[in-house]
Amino acid sequence: MNTNVIELQIWQLATAYIFILILLAFVKIRGIKREKEILISSVRMTLQLVLTGYILMYLFDNESWILTLLVLTVMEIFAINNIYRRVNVKISKQLKKIIAFSMVTGTVTCLLYFIIMVIGLKPWYSPRYFIPISGMLIGNSMTGISLGVSRLVNDMNTQKHLVESSLMLGATPNMASKEIVDNAFDSAILPTINSMVGMGIVFLPGMMTGQILSGVSPVTAIEYQIAIMLGILGSVAFTVILFLQLGCKTFFNKKAQMVFEITESK
Amino acid sequence: MFRFQNVMYKDIINIKSLTIPSHKIVCITGESGGGKTTLLKLLNKMISPDSGEIFYLDVPLEELDSINLRRKVIMLPQNPAIYNGSIKDNLLIGLRFSEKTLENDDCLLTVLQSAWLSKSLDESVDNLSGGEKQRLALARVLLLDPDVFLLDEPSASLDEETERIIIENLVTQCKKNSKSIIMVTHSNKVATTYSDMIIRIDKGRVVNKEGML
Repeated sequence: MNTNVIELQIWQLATAYIFILILLAFVKIRGIKREKEILISSVRMTLQLVLTGYILMYLFDNESWILTLLVLTVMEIFAINNIYRRVNVKISKQLKKIIAFSMVTGTVTCLLYFIIMVIGLKPWYSPRYFIPISGMLIGNSMTGISLGVSRLVNDMNTQKHLVESSLMLGATPNMASKEIVDNAFDSAILPTINSMVGMGIVFLPGMMTGQILSGVSPVTAIEYQIAIMLGILGSVAFTVILFLQLGCKTFFNKKAQMVFEITESK
Repeated sequence: MFRFQNVMYKDIINIKSLTIPSHKIVCITGESGGGKTTLLKLLNKMISPDSGEIFYLDVPLEELDSINLRRKVIMLPQNPAIYNGSIKDNLLIGLRFSEKTLENDDCLLTVLQSAWLSKSLDESVDNLSGGEKQRLALARVLLLDPDVFLLDEPSASLDEETERIIIENLVTQCKKNSKSIIMVTHSNKVATTYSDMIIRIDKGRVVNKEGML
C-alpha cells in the first residue's frame, strides 16, 4: 500500500476554484440570481475550514480533556441553534428545551459508548479521534432531529382534529398521537437508513475517502466507516426517540387535553 | 347526572346553574356560535372551565380521570375523524382506544345496521360519502356502549328520512338500555319529537329549558 500523500500546493488548490468560476458564469448567463450566495458560501467554506485546520492543529498539539470538552460544547450549542433555525415551524420554549436536552443526552451517551466501548480510545479525550467522531454523530443527529421536529409539529397542527377525535373515543394521549409520532420518527431516521443502503456502491463516504486519500488501508478505512455508520444510526435514533417521547407530551396537559399554545413562539 | 355551578369558559360559556338528568334524551339547541359544542366538550373534559364546577354523578369532573370519564361519556364530534383502512378497522379502532374487547363480528354488523349503513366490513372508507362516514362514526360510538352519548349534530349531513330512522333507532336503543343522550341539534323537529328535555343556549347562556326537569 502506497502511503505517500500528495501534499497540495496553494496553486493546486487554487485551480480547484475553477469550478466556482464555471458555476458563476453559468448562473450569470442563465440569469439565475445566485451569484452572491455562491460567492459567500465559497468564501465562508474556505475561511471556516482554514480556521478549523489551525484550531485542530492547536488541539492535537495540546491534548487536554478540557479543550476537547470545550469543543464538544461549542459543537452542541451550534447544532442546537442550527435546529432552531432550520425547523420551518414555530416552536415553544418548552419544546426548545426538549430539543436541547435530547440532542445533548442522545449524542453524548452514544459518543461515550462509541469512544470507550467500540474504539477503546486512550486517553478518551484524544482530539484526533474524539472531535471528528463527535462532529459526525452530532451533525447527523442534528439533521435527524430537525426533520423529526418539523414533522411532529406540522402533523400535530394539521391533524389536530384526528388527535382530538381519538381522545374523544377514550384514547390516551400516547394512543392518540402514535401515528404522528411514528411518522415523525420515520422521517427523521430515513435519510440515515438511505445513506447506509447506498454506501460503498452509490458513493464512498467522506470519512472513508479522506482516510484512503491520506494513505490508510481501505480495509481499516472500511472498518472505521462501518463502526461510525452504526454509531451515527444509534445516535440519530436515540436522539430522535428521546425527543419524540418527551416532545409529544408537550402537546397535552395533565388532563389529557390538547394544548394549542404549543407553537406560539419561535 | 351533570350539574353546572357558575361555569365560565372564556367568553363562550357562562352558565350559573344547570342540571342534566340521567337516562334521558336531552337536546341542546341554539344559534351557531352560541357555545353548544363547547358545552359538550366541557362535559367529557376535552376542555375545562376557567371557573366554576361541573359535577358528574355528584363528583366534580376535576376529580375524575379524563380518560376513564371519556370512555363512559363519549363524544361524537360534528366532523368525526375517519381513519385510513376499512370499515372494520374504523370500528375496531374505537375499541382499541377505549381498551375494550370485541365479542364477535356480529356486534360490528349490528351497530352498522343501527346506524343504517349497509356496507361490508371489508369495504374501504375511501368509497364512503360524507353522510356514510358520519354514520360509520356513529356506529363506532354505538359499539363502545358508553353510559352517556354526547352527540354533536349527528344527523347534519343526512337527508330527512335517514335522519329520522337513525335518531329513532338511537333513541329506542338508549331508552331500552337506560343510556343517556345529550345531543346538539339544529333540527327543531328532532328536538321536539325525541327529546325529554330541550336546553336552548344563546351566547353561552341557558336561555330556556323545556320538558321534564
